[in-house]
Amino acid sequence: MKARIRITLKNGVLDPQGKAIQHALGGLGFAGVEDVRQGKYIEVKLNETDEAKAKDAIEKMCKDLLANTVIENYSYELVA
Amino acid sequence: MLRASVIVFPGSNCDRDVKVALEKVTGFPVQMVWHGDASVPASDLIVLPGGFSYGDYLRCGAMAAHSPIMRDVVAKAKAGTPVLGICNGFQVLCESGLLPGVLMRNASLKFICRDVHLKCEQDDTFFTQCYRKGEVIKVPVAHAEGNYFADTDTLDRLEGEGRVAFRYSDAEGNVSAATNLNGAQRNIAGITDKSGRVLGMMPHPERLFETALGGTDGRRVFESALVSVTSALS
Repeated sequence: MKARIRITLKNGVLDPQGKAIQHALGGLGFAGVEDVRQGKYIEVKLNETDEAKAKDAIEKMCKDLLANTVIENYSYELVA
Repeated sequence: MLRASVIVFPGSNCDRDVKVALEKVTGFPVQMVWHGDASVPASDLIVLPGGFSYGDYLRCGAMAAHSPIMRDVVAKAKAGTPVLGICNGFQVLCESGLLPGVLMRNASLKFICRDVHLKCEQDDTFFTQCYRKGEVIKVPVAHAEGNYFADTDTLDRLEGEGRVAFRYSDAEGNVSAATNLNGAQRNIAGITDKSGRVLGMMPHPERLFETALGGTDGRRVFESALVSVTSALS
């Protein structure tokens, strides 16, 4: 089983990297870019076959290490 | 016998500088403790040095905060052992939960390496008691992730409990957006825990502790520790 984990900055947390990307897109001539927020994407492969157990494990991994919940939100999906 | 310990992570690069500062200012023998060890030998204080532990992978300090030695550092800190985290050490303290908040990428996105003015906000904690409240000192910073962030409730609590140790200021001690080096909330450069025995700071006091280095404004962090340890013994 594989978990696809997305980690994003919470609303209200400034994202200077996102701003820099937005600026660069504008410089390349892409008009109408209202906002850019940068995040992380992590894939974790588990040997667990029970979905509920896998969910518990991923949940704990996100809280303990993968995301810093002071500034970040996380979401994930499990795929076979 | 009084002893200090410096934790060495893979990627630490200010560990030996801080060892020299500790030895010369406090006279304590300094033990270098590897991150993979399970426990810190008996110590009167512990330092988490600057550097790029674990290559700053995932988030600065995140991997180091979960290294084997940190379990014992956290336990010892909670039992009252003073801990100083400098730069990357401050990031590790935040990631390990010993201090609230997090250090984010500088608002300018640039690595900032220069001397900065700091307004001292504390004169009564383990590592700051030799400074005067309101005094301005000049100490080097060298970081890309020093932009302190915490939610408003946490910031208000830190202020209310007198836990802001240093703020980025100008030479006169004015604290404003113009003197905010890296985008840190409320210009925060260093904070302490509730007990006042755990200090995290982005600037590097060990880089300015004797005149041969160009100044002594950082020296009193270590002098404070010496006074604190020896006065507790008398």
